[in-house]
Amino acid sequence: MSTVSQFKFRASEKTRDLRHRTVIRTALRSYEMVRDKRKAAFQSWESARQAAAETKWEAVNHLDTHLEALTAKLEARGTKVHWASTAAQAREIIAQILRDKKARSIIKSKAMTSEEIHLNHALEKEGFTVVESDLGEFIVQLRHETPYHIVFPSMHLTRGEIKDLFQKELGDAPSDSPEDLTMVARRVMRQKYLTADVGFTGANFAIAETGMISITENEGNARLTAALPKTMITLLGIEKVLPRFADLALFLPMLATAGAGQPMTCYNTMYSGPRQPGEVDGPEEWHVVLLDNRRTELLADPEQRDALHCIRCGACLNVCPIFRNVGGHTYGTTYSGPVGAVITPHLRGLQEWKHLSNASSLCGACTEACPVKIDLHHHLLHNRRNASAGEPAVLEQFAYKLFSLVANEPAFWSLAKKIGWLTQPLQRAVKGSVLDPAKAWTKTRDLPPQPRESFKDWWKNRKG
Amino acid sequence: MKTEKNKVSERENILGRIREALTVPAPMPGTHAPEHPPAHITTESPASHARDWLPSVGASVAEQFELFARNAADLKADFQLLANRDELKAALLKMATAEQWQRIASHGGELTNFACQSLGLPVTLTDRGYEVQAMEQCDAGITECDALVAQTGGVAVTTRSAGGRALSVLPPHHVVLARRDQLVADLPAAFARLQELYAPDYPSMISFITGPSRTGDIERILVLGAHGPKKLTILCV
Repeated sequence: MSTVSQFKFRASEKTRDLRHRTVIRTALRSYEMVRDKRKAAFQSWESARQAAAETKWEAVNHLDTHLEALTAKLEARGTKVHWASTAAQAREIIAQILRDKKARSIIKSKAMTSEEIHLNHALEKEGFTVVESDLGEFIVQLRHETPYHIVFPSMHLTRGEIKDLFQKELGDAPSDSPEDLTMVARRVMRQKYLTADVGFTGANFAIAETGMISITENEGNARLTAALPKTMITLLGIEKVLPRFADLALFLPMLATAGAGQPMTCYNTMYSGPRQPGEVDGPEEWHVVLLDNRRTELLADPEQRDALHCIRCGACLNVCPIFRNVGGHTYGTTYSGPVGAVITPHLRGLQEWKHLSNASSLCGACTEACPVKIDLHHHLLHNRRNASAGEPAVLEQFAYKLFSLVANEPAFWSLAKKIGWLTQPLQRAVKGSVLDPAKAWTKTRDLPPQPRESFKDWWKNRKG
Repeated sequence: MKTEKNKVSERENILGRIREALTVPAPMPGTHAPEHPPAHITTESPASHARDWLPSVGASVAEQFELFARNAADLKADFQLLANRDELKAALLKMATAEQWQRIASHGGELTNFACQSLGLPVTLTDRGYEVQAMEQCDAGITECDALVAQTGGVAVTTRSAGGRALSVLPPHHVVLARRDQLVADLPAAFARLQELYAPDYPSMISFITGPSRTGDIERILVLGAHGPKKLTILCV
């Protein structure tokens, strides 16, 4: 099945799934309330957004300089920096580190980049044991699913489903209370932490000035991942860089507010090296893998370059009417929602993924929600324009040419109105069937009946 | 040898593609045309006025302590502002009795040494290395910190101030001991404090801890103690 028919199929399944609607509505209702409360606590959320956007603009538009500064600082303190142009290279770099270390088990904290390069699958094929430690990621890993949402991976599941899953996979689920289920996962994971050979993390920001990687999380799983195993690996996209240490004073509370309506996420941790002389714990080796994977192609498009400003807070997904209706798995992409619809065509091919830009109401809720002011809904239009320039839809072009000819000429227009009125019974008869040239539209929509007399005629003929 | 060579060339490949891409300027945010984008990196950050936009904190230290207490309570952390060391000792002993502590983990420091002496319990100290299993068995991890942030109700710890990376997350109860002069008003002040204390030789880990470990991954319902401590207590003298 092509990507577009897959999308259409899943979307129609999900939109009529009432259970799915209820679950998503419940999950997101409280989000909007707490987020608005946190935004209101800012003295000026709008000024903060503008400054965040300009800071990211500076970072991305001097990316080469910042990456060189970042890597020089990291390497000066004993961190090994690797560069990967493609997903395959990144997988190979990581697998090679594991082979060199003769590692068996890897404990991972949440990283969307690892989903992007399909890391778990590749490592498991080589015989490594990979355990996701973030609770939501752990749950979807047990279900052999991809994350439903970039911030809330298991948002689509109810406690009952998670209880059944734990009972089946772990043989331990005392009740369906979120508290009890979380404690089951905590116990299982503690043992994994104590025995894992390698800890793997993603990153939220990289600081060029001081050579640091900043990781944001609530559970403490990334803290443990970076504390206990002897080797640590961090994978991040090259666009994650921020110029200065102090920039985090703005970005950390904004990420927390936009992402989950929190004043600050529970743990915001900056790492600047492996265990240093005089320190009591931490990994002996730290490998940082910088991933391009076609980000430079997005960088080469100045019109949409600001899509690289994305801090992956998920705010645009949460407010998107399309996401709320079709759900995260329908997209079939690593990054879903509006930002996924914008960047996926760049990362994985425009023609194959252009339908994502059409699955939008262009309401602009995403652009308004974005803490770094990415012009998301205009980029969806840019993608549509670029896609049709690359592969023109000849029939559609002809139809619009014909329409503009008819609409611009009063005589043609009044003739078209008459024909339209006369053929109404025929239109109704073929509506939505294979004979209907507009069936994609009319299958689920009714055209209002056309009156005999138009407003213009009525105005002209009215008495008095 | 081969991987070493590839590594160098991938670095150059990526940087080359970046430089090529950046030959065409992109519009500044909030504008739609590439009007005079600054050619060089500016020394002043657009974020340097963050203080004016972040949540307000109050002018006096007393107000800021009040704000810290309110924020900590929202986060379900326990904050106690204590008058002297005697009160600190009493607060520690009260917790130890209530939770029936058998063993604690800590590190060498002025306040932590006082706490360990006051409690008189077996201690796993991290200073000269420690067994992870032993720390895992402890009932509480007692650390010092670098700053209390009034704006967020959180604390900043580092490998140097808090006995390494694991001590503040592995035991089920994290007790932070702080001095009054460690209170800073807001996040920009906290970053400035860390720079003052450590730049350019930062500890390999700096962590802002804002409340006890938590998750909302099951139906968005808050559960404390996902991986890290279920309880966070901040005692300030």
